[in-house]
Formats: sequence, structure tokens, C-alpha cells
Amino acid sequence: MITGTPKPIDEILAMLEPYKRIVVAGCFGCVTVCRVGGEKEVQVLSSSLRLAREAKDNKLEIKEVCLERQCDPEYLEALRPYAEDYDAVLSIACGAGIQFVAEKFQKTPVLPGINTGFLGVTERQGEWAERCQGCGDCVLHLTGGICPVSRCAKSLFHGPCGGSAKGICEVSPDVACGWQLIIDRLKALNQLENYGKLIPYKGWSTSRDGGPRRIIREDMTL
Amino acid sequence: MKAGSNLEKVLAAGHFAVTAECGPPRGADAEIVRKKAAFVKGNVDACNVTDNQTSVVRMSSLAGCLLVKECGTEPLIQMVVRDRNRIALQSDLLGASAMGVKNLLCLSGDHQKFGEDPQAKNVFDIDSIQLIHMVKTMRDEGIFPSGKKLEGEPKFYIGCAVNPFADPYEIRVPRFKLKVDAGADFVQTQCIYNMAKFKQYMEDAKKMGLHDRVKILAGVTPLKSAGMAKFMKKFVAGMDIPDDVIKRIADEPKEKQAAKGIEMCVEQIQELKEIEGVAGVHVMAIEWEEKLGKIVGDAGLLPRPHVD
Repeated sequence: MITGTPKPIDEILAMLEPYKRIVVAGCFGCVTVCRVGGEKEVQVLSSSLRLAREAKDNKLEIKEVCLERQCDPEYLEALRPYAEDYDAVLSIACGAGIQFVAEKFQKTPVLPGINTGFLGVTERQGEWAERCQGCGDCVLHLTGGICPVSRCAKSLFHGPCGGSAKGICEVSPDVACGWQLIIDRLKALNQLENYGKLIPYKGWSTSRDGGPRRIIREDMTL
Repeated sequence: MKAGSNLEKVLAAGHFAVTAECGPPRGADAEIVRKKAAFVKGNVDACNVTDNQTSVVRMSSLAGCLLVKECGTEPLIQMVVRDRNRIALQSDLLGASAMGVKNLLCLSGDHQKFGEDPQAKNVFDIDSIQLIHMVKTMRDEGIFPSGKKLEGEPKFYIGCAVNPFADPYEIRVPRFKLKVDAGADFVQTQCIYNMAKFKQYMEDAKKMGLHDRVKILAGVTPLKSAGMAKFMKKFVAGMDIPDDVIKRIADEPKEKQAAKGIEMCVEQIQELKEIEGVAGVHVMAIEWEEKLGKIVGDAGLLPRPHVD
């Protein structure tokens, strides 16, 4: 899923300074699962914002909405009655959702209520970790199902570097060495022979480096 | 001869080679480099110039190399893939070669979080092993990785680094072999303090015949004090300093620890000379370049040979 973290309330309040009536828009997609932008978070954030503005004698009217998804045009229609009527939309979906709302409702300022993080998994209750950088050219079949691009701090293709010690990456005692994980898994799979081959330079054009990306599936377009 | 550098010639002639390193200054003061280069002159076959080591901004490695060269010592340019993409790497390689730098060390580079600009974007477009391959392709085939022909090949004696003490040990020699397969001509190791483990590493490398394929220069760093040893053991990832080494220097009174550190380093070089497959030594006297002459001299490695 796409993960994120809430923006500090003071940062949001500063953004909302010019506005009197806003929509707080959540999303039932990824951000609901990682508990940062779902229906419950819309309610909690809206209450906090109302209270903070009331305390300053500057009342804020809020319409609370949660969309099925903010990254699909059909679901954005549910916002139309409010988006064009209120001063601004504060979206707590991911960066893709926030931008899609902005694209759809050209005349309404759209503000981010969360900081979008990474493509990750729920490792345990309340803890999410990165697994994929969406580089567009997957090599997981060669690396024991563990990604060198996202799990190695240097995205090395022939790791681990000299900074790997007792399974820990040099960047932090809290970060596992991705290449130690790869080696361990290849060993468990009896595929250690995969290590030791020269891998050609990675083409990054399928990643962010090729510019904003687009997928067109001819079989699915109308 | 692949590059015809002095280092390559010395090693090819079968001499026990000596390299050292100069860390460029944190500023534009060329005199600091010249001063360090004066300590190195006559004591080495080539001198590494580091490339923003520990991710702390310093004068560029290429500029440092040119200053070292001006002072009469053959430079060895270190190049990390942390800060430059393949376009910048190729360009700098061409520039370094054009300016007469003939030795190269290909490195990943410490992560930027260790430096003073932890907010910097890192590059890692290619890794250090792919850099070796890239340089070899340019040197031996006269083409860019894109396939286009070069107007003059960069002639480098290509080096790599290995850390026999990082984890997991079982892939350390296979990873060394990868660097050799990619095209390395010589290797400089991480600072060695755990001689038993290094000897084991050499045995494993020899089983793969790596000592016949590349020249192995063993890395040493003289300890200035027990405090330095303890600091390195605790904070430098992949550094293996056995307790008995620390005890030996810690047992000395404070004012005699530096002399003990040098004595231990000299002993270690002599022991390394006896290991089959070790073709030279890389002395990293970190911010202690003035002691290089004494260390190399006491180890019986002076004067340095002249090979034509």
C-alpha cells in the first residue's frame, strides 16, 4: 500500500489561515489501511481543527467526506457538490489522490493534510516499512524476493557493501542490511549461485528518472 | 602494461608495493595538499587522493591528484558512485586521464548520512562493481557504455577495495571475485587489525586463484592512541579491531601510545610481507601523513624502486 504520516497540526492550521469553510476529504484506500487518511482520521482531524480555530475565535466550518478512492475519476464526483462550494479542500489521501482532486476541481485550492511516504507493508500493528520504489523493472526473481533497490540504502546491485555488520546497515542500527537478507534467503532457497554474476547497469528510464510515467494498456482502453 | 603507471610497473616487476593516501582539505587551500604531498614523496609508489570520504565535503579528488602530481608523486584517484551518475563519472574519468592520472580506485562511497549534508540526494546510478566494468570497457574497447567510440581511451590501472571484515563473511571472497571479473587490476583492503581473519581471507581468495589475477595491497592504519582504537571499533562499520590489539596499545602510558601504534603498524607490515599473495601495502596514516616516512622506512621498504 501507499503509506503516509499526518502533517503536524500547526502546519495544517497555518495552511488553513485564509479559509473559513473547508472540506476535509479522506479516502477508503491505502490511507485507511495505514490509518492516516480514512473516515476515522477525517473525524479526528476535523474536531482538532475546529477546536483550535474556536480557541482563536476564528471559527472554521468543516464538511467531512470520505471517498471510496481519490485516485479514480468516478469516485471524485462525490466531492463535486462540496468542492466547488467551499473555500478549500484539505485532502488526507496520498499525494496522487490530492493531486487528482486538484486536477478535477480547478477553481478550489486543494491542500495536503498528510505527508505521503512509500510503498510498504504493515510489519506489525502501528509499524510500516518500505518494500518497493516502483522502479519499473523488477528483479526479485534474482534476489530471493528481496529488493536491492528499496532495501539497500545505496541501491547496490552487487552488495553488501563494507558497511554491513551483523545484519545491520551502516545508516542506522534500526535498518537491516538488505543484502544480508538477500544472501540469507538465497541460501535458504539453495540459490546462492545467483550471487556472483555481473548484473548489467540498471536502466532507470522506467523509474522516476525517465520523467513522469504513464501506463497504457491497449487491451483495456476504450 | 594496461596503463603504464608507476604503481603498475612496480607491481609487475615483482616489488612489494607501497601506497598511501592524502585526504584533501576542507577548503580551497592548495598548500595543505602540497604539505601532505611532501610527506608522501619518495615513500610511496602512488598516493591515493580520497573522494569526499565519510561524505564530508572536501576539495575534489581530481584537483587533489593534480596537486600531488605537481609535487612529484604519482596520484591514484578515488572515485565514488554516491555523488555522480554515469554521465558525470565517465566525464570525470576522461578528464582525469587527460590530466595524466593513471591509477583509479572504484568505490561505492560512505552513505551521505555520515557527513554534514545528510539531507543530500544520493545517486548510486551504478554501483562500484559496475564502475569497474565501465572503466575497463572504456579503456580496453575504446567505447562508451553506450557503444559510441571514444576519442582517446582513458588509460587507468583499475583498483577496487575489499573489506574482509564486513558481514556476511561467506560472500566476501565471492564479492572480491566479482570485482576481479568486472576488470579490477589491483585491490586495496580495508584497514587490517585482525590478522588471523585476514590470513583466513587470503587463504579463501587464493583457493579461487584471485591472487594470481590481481595485485593485493593490504591496508593498514597506524593507531594514534587507545582512544582512537576504541572509537573505530565502536563507530566505524565493518572495522574489526581485536581486544588484544587494543590492550597492547592501552597498556602503554598515554604519551607513549603513538610510538607504540607506529611500532605495531611496522610489525604488521612485516608480517603481511610474508603472506603469500600479498603484493604490497596501503598505509592509511589518517591525518598523520608526517609519520609515513618513518613507518615505511622502519618496515624496510625504502628507498622505493625505480622501474622503467
